[in-house]
Amino acid sequence: MTTVGSRPRPSRAAPAFVAGYVTLLVAFGIVPTAYAIYFAFTDNEGAFAGLANFAVAAADFRFLPAIGHVALYLVCWLAALVVLVVALALLLHRLGASGAGRTLRLLYYLPGALAGAAGVMVWLFVLDPVVSPVGFLLRALGYETFGQVIAPGNLPVLFAAIAFWTGAGGWIVVLYGALNTISTEVLEAARIDGAGAWQTAWRTQIPLLRKWIVYMVILAFAGGTQLFVEPQLLSQASVGVAGRDYSPNQLSYDFAFQNDNVNTAAAISVELLVVGLVVAAVFVVRSGFFDAD
Amino acid sequence: MIRSKARPPRTITLLAVAAALAATACSGTTNAGDTKDGFTQAPQSDGPLTVWVDSTRLPAAQLYQKQHPAVKMDIVTYDGDANGSNYLQTKVSLFNRTGNGWPDVVFSSQNNEATWAVTAKFAAPLNKGLIPQSLLDGWANNANQPCTVDGVVHCLRNDLSQTVLWYNAALMTQWGYTVPTTWEQYEALGKKVATEHPGYLVGAAGDTFTPEIYLWASKCGANHITGPKAVAVNTTSPACTRMASLLDRLVAAKTMSTSSVFSSDFDKNEADKILMMPGPSWYGGSLFQGTFKTPKGQVGIAPMPHWADDPSPSAGNVGGGTWLLSAHSAHLKAATDFLTWVTTSDDYQGKLAVGYPAYAPAAKTWLAAQAASGYYANDITAPLQAAAGQVWPDWGYGQFSQEAIWAATVTPGLTAGKTIVSMLPAWQKAIADYARSDGYQVTE
Repeated sequence: MTTVGSRPRPSRAAPAFVAGYVTLLVAFGIVPTAYAIYFAFTDNEGAFAGLANFAVAAADFRFLPAIGHVALYLVCWLAALVVLVVALALLLHRLGASGAGRTLRLLYYLPGALAGAAGVMVWLFVLDPVVSPVGFLLRALGYETFGQVIAPGNLPVLFAAIAFWTGAGGWIVVLYGALNTISTEVLEAARIDGAGAWQTAWRTQIPLLRKWIVYMVILAFAGGTQLFVEPQLLSQASVGVAGRDYSPNQLSYDFAFQNDNVNTAAAISVELLVVGLVVAAVFVVRSGFFDAD
Repeated sequence: MIRSKARPPRTITLLAVAAALAATACSGTTNAGDTKDGFTQAPQSDGPLTVWVDSTRLPAAQLYQKQHPAVKMDIVTYDGDANGSNYLQTKVSLFNRTGNGWPDVVFSSQNNEATWAVTAKFAAPLNKGLIPQSLLDGWANNANQPCTVDGVVHCLRNDLSQTVLWYNAALMTQWGYTVPTTWEQYEALGKKVATEHPGYLVGAAGDTFTPEIYLWASKCGANHITGPKAVAVNTTSPACTRMASLLDRLVAAKTMSTSSVFSSDFDKNEADKILMMPGPSWYGGSLFQGTFKTPKGQVGIAPMPHWADDPSPSAGNVGGGTWLLSAHSAHLKAATDFLTWVTTSDDYQGKLAVGYPAYAPAAKTWLAAQAASGYYANDITAPLQAAAGQVWPDWGYGQFSQEAIWAATVTPGLTAGKTIVSMLPAWQKAIADYARSDGYQVTE
């Protein structure tokens, strides 16, 4: 017999915790987004402007190159993220709780602990063959000067490397945690069926990680389209060689503060938001992200 | 209860009137909306004078504070808009939205600040009453041209950065060379050095201000600002192509570096291989004495070379900062006093400043101090004074950054082995594109 009155009452602390999150989400997420959408569809007098601001952005000579730059960067960054993060997480899981495993977990996480701008500053030294601790590698690749290293053709790979270095550690730890949730019985069954390390990873662990990988790709894609700090700092360090309008986000910044055109800047921001949402939706639907296991 | 219909008690009304009168009395001599000295002035008050400077100009503000202990100052260090960071413009744009936060006086290392600061209503007009014309007449010819919009001076030039030819006098004597006076002689000597002393340099073309050193001095019309929002751009005229060709030939001969003089690789590999180096007046203190630690008595200055068929020698210009006074300042008297002192004072401009002062009387003191230091191999006074009057006036300061455009358009190609001549059309297109995006009428 079930007693109706025995049903546990929800804790009163729960709404308090959620309220804090919701307040911050509204203050720093929803309100600024709504403000940007308002700007994107109005002119500098506050009158409705339709798609005029979007048209101004699309017609600007810097717009298409900026889109192309970020598209190339995303290909490099997402490919590196998916392949290397999964591989390193599997390696970490294989090492388990050994001393090496614990040390590696710390090492993977450390670069992410550096603030974004500080991480890029470290790379400005790493990429200069004259002062870099890996200068011998750069020289072996034929690069003698900082200017040669930051040639425009190299930038997507360099930005992907910087982003990987600063951002991948956290994801490795997340996927390592996800691997720990896979039941030992499943892995044991795979072993009894004759699967080696490679087959266990490929046929058992990676499929079970699928949703985590999709989650990582969605967030990394959205973050990648917002590329700003890396090219902005590199542009400063290279005195403009990297270009101050390399990415759409930089272009938006330039529209706001160089051209004094906040409305077109907001239109670019809204476009980035829409692209991030659409891609997230496609990934979620195609991967069955919200399907019950 | 609806309180709005209740009449306010008489005491509260009286207090409100008294408070309003007191606020008016405390606001000083000028009321909100008063137009004086050519602009609408903010109510004046007694708060601290907020001054923004870069690290190089920090000693100026500190010295003023030391000499004027009664003035309350809030000295803020920022990047000085170095490398065209646009920090000041970004902040002013935000301050304009929030309605407060503007510094009273600000130094910028960029000469094109007036182009946006006037439109943004940030820069106060200076020759409409704040600073007497008799004082403004003390600036070198055309020195305040970058600050002048429609005949109104909106900032004061800190220093001039006229270009000259720096050379290693000891090596010149040792190798029996003569300092060139024409670009033809300069190129011939560059090629001779390539043969007789390989590895030595006669210049560097890897910096963002390469066009301002070489193409400006060659009277290349790449950046002729013809009106507040109009520019004429022609990078493929003979004046441009013959200088670009000269640079290309010397790069090919390996006597013209394609590295930046401020890069680590130049410092390590090439800094001690300079025979000659066209560059601005601040190269002496900042580059040779400061960065390269070139020993005393080696470096000399000669006038910039000129084309043999051009009877009127010309120089380029690389920088030279400006000081702006905020039109929103609530401390105009103190701000004007500081601005006047920092741009004209012998104690700072004449004795401490690193660059050639734009204010002519201070420049005399500065030159005398430089000569007395004994660092230079010859008397630098005459070449620098001559160059100060030879800066070609048809290269202007637009809102778009010439340095950034050159850096993004030409420098990567130069690094990859392309010739400058082959990139001149792309450079022109980039200047025109950026100028149009800033609202300029472009004539090509």
